[in-house]
Amino acid sequence: MNNPLLKVENVGIQFGGLKAVQGFDMELFEGELVGLIGPNGAGKTTSFNMLTGVYKPTEGQITFDGKVTNKMSPHQVTKSGVSRTFQNIRLFKELTVLDNVKVANHSLANHSLMSSVLRLPAHFKGEAKMEQQSIEFLKIFELDKYKDELAKNLPYGMQRRLEIARALAAGPKLLLLDEPAAGMNPQETRALMDLIALIRKKFDLTILLIEHDMGLVMGICERIYVLDHGQLIASGTPEEIRSNKKVIEAYLGEEVTI
Amino acid sequence: MKISKPFWIYTMIAIIGYVIVQVMISSGQLDMYYSNLFITMAINVMLAVSLHLVIGITGQFSIGHAGFLAVGAYISAICTMQLQLPFIVGLIVGAVVAAIAGLIVGIPTLRLRGDYLAIATLGFAEIIRIIFLNWDYVGGAAGMQVMQQTTWTYAFFGMLITIIVISNFTRSRHGRACIAIREDEIAADAMGINITYYKVLAFAIGSLFAGLAGGLFSHNFFIIQPAQFGFLKSFDILIYVVLGGLGSLSGAVIAAVALTIISLYLQDFPETRMIIYSLVLILVMLYRPVGLMGTKEITDLFKRKRKGGDVHE
Repeated sequence: MNNPLLKVENVGIQFGGLKAVQGFDMELFEGELVGLIGPNGAGKTTSFNMLTGVYKPTEGQITFDGKVTNKMSPHQVTKSGVSRTFQNIRLFKELTVLDNVKVANHSLANHSLMSSVLRLPAHFKGEAKMEQQSIEFLKIFELDKYKDELAKNLPYGMQRRLEIARALAAGPKLLLLDEPAAGMNPQETRALMDLIALIRKKFDLTILLIEHDMGLVMGICERIYVLDHGQLIASGTPEEIRSNKKVIEAYLGEEVTI
Repeated sequence: MKISKPFWIYTMIAIIGYVIVQVMISSGQLDMYYSNLFITMAINVMLAVSLHLVIGITGQFSIGHAGFLAVGAYISAICTMQLQLPFIVGLIVGAVVAAIAGLIVGIPTLRLRGDYLAIATLGFAEIIRIIFLNWDYVGGAAGMQVMQQTTWTYAFFGMLITIIVISNFTRSRHGRACIAIREDEIAADAMGINITYYKVLAFAIGSLFAGLAGGLFSHNFFIIQPAQFGFLKSFDILIYVVLGGLGSLSGAVIAAVALTIISLYLQDFPETRMIIYSLVLILVMLYRPVGLMGTKEITDLFKRKRKGGDVHE
């Protein structure tokens, strides 16, 4: 295969005396849909935070699209093409649904501060383009009817979808989804799976997702990485993971013979 | 261009208001006392709106706004009185120097959050005041004599420019970035917004207009003293913004106008003035904790009436 889109080499992070993640290796190739699983507290979200620049790894190197990103701040990582959602939804609650998406669309627009303050034609052109693009994203997620609602007034499932729409509006090549199906019922989860498959095809995305719902992970991921106690314990196809001894131990405990 | 039509309507209304007051001043219907009230009102509106950008839009709790007012006031006074430059040049230099002061203060302090930022900005404002207090070139504690040059025309157009610039800024991708920072810094950062840049930018624009207001302020009285720019002045400005409703530009304007009038009329009751003023604030906060306007704008009220059409910001 050609060069990986994202290459994570021996990455680790320490908070004081606690080694939250260590020796984490991962390679994502363009167009893949990969899952990251593990028991609670395994370091999945911490890994996401390192991939997106929220935390700076204390060791190792992250390369995305040929650029070393582990020293960048989050907005620079986003501009280089990595976008994410959050485990506990972090929408801009007091903004409308449309404005939430427009905020993420920010870095793709280029009309200057001066043109906005003086209301030059560039401003109107730029804003109109942002609006049109943002509505396109909302349409994919069937949220365009609610574009003038405040984000905080949306029901939970829609808030989750809006967060994905917002992440897409930042124009990513790699989309990181942190428990996108958390709190959803089985039907909603299935609809979400279809939606993820759809946007992946439509935007040529590479997707990495953290998930607890095994059905979802095993159902759509092509490869899976398993973390436990901050260390990578297994990686491979869903079948390999399902029968991996270490994984079963991490989730269910050791096998004992009586 | 949907946005420009209401924009021109509002500007026309404002200009008509200006002309009415100007005619009344020139025909002598409004004496010095009242023309002074209008000028003070315009200056207070500028201060309120510039702080609204920092606190209400970007969500950075700065309580040292009088520091930038002082920089603008003193620098413009130095320009006109010591260097004999024209008034308008003094105003511009004062505003620009205040914006630079905003950059210098903003870059290190805006890394702080909440209470820490408030304390840092308060400390900065005190530093500015102490510098002017001990600087003999500007008269120290005795103050500096300034010629009265601020007219209603200057004050009005200063106010109009402030409101237009800040409202245009707010309703653009740049303003949205600032609001996103107010709502959730981590999410804004993750969506590709350079949060340091936008925080410092909002702070510098706020300081620029506070500095402009400072130039108008110093040339409205015959003397400026460091004591005028103390901690209480910062608080006065903060009250306009909080009372008007955090995040509402028109709220800040309304609160600044109302409180200027209230405090003027209360001057007739010097013993009870501060008591009544405080009572007004307490009552408003009790019955409307989100401020007079909440986060709504006065223009939203008109929008609701013609609902059904394409509602545009």
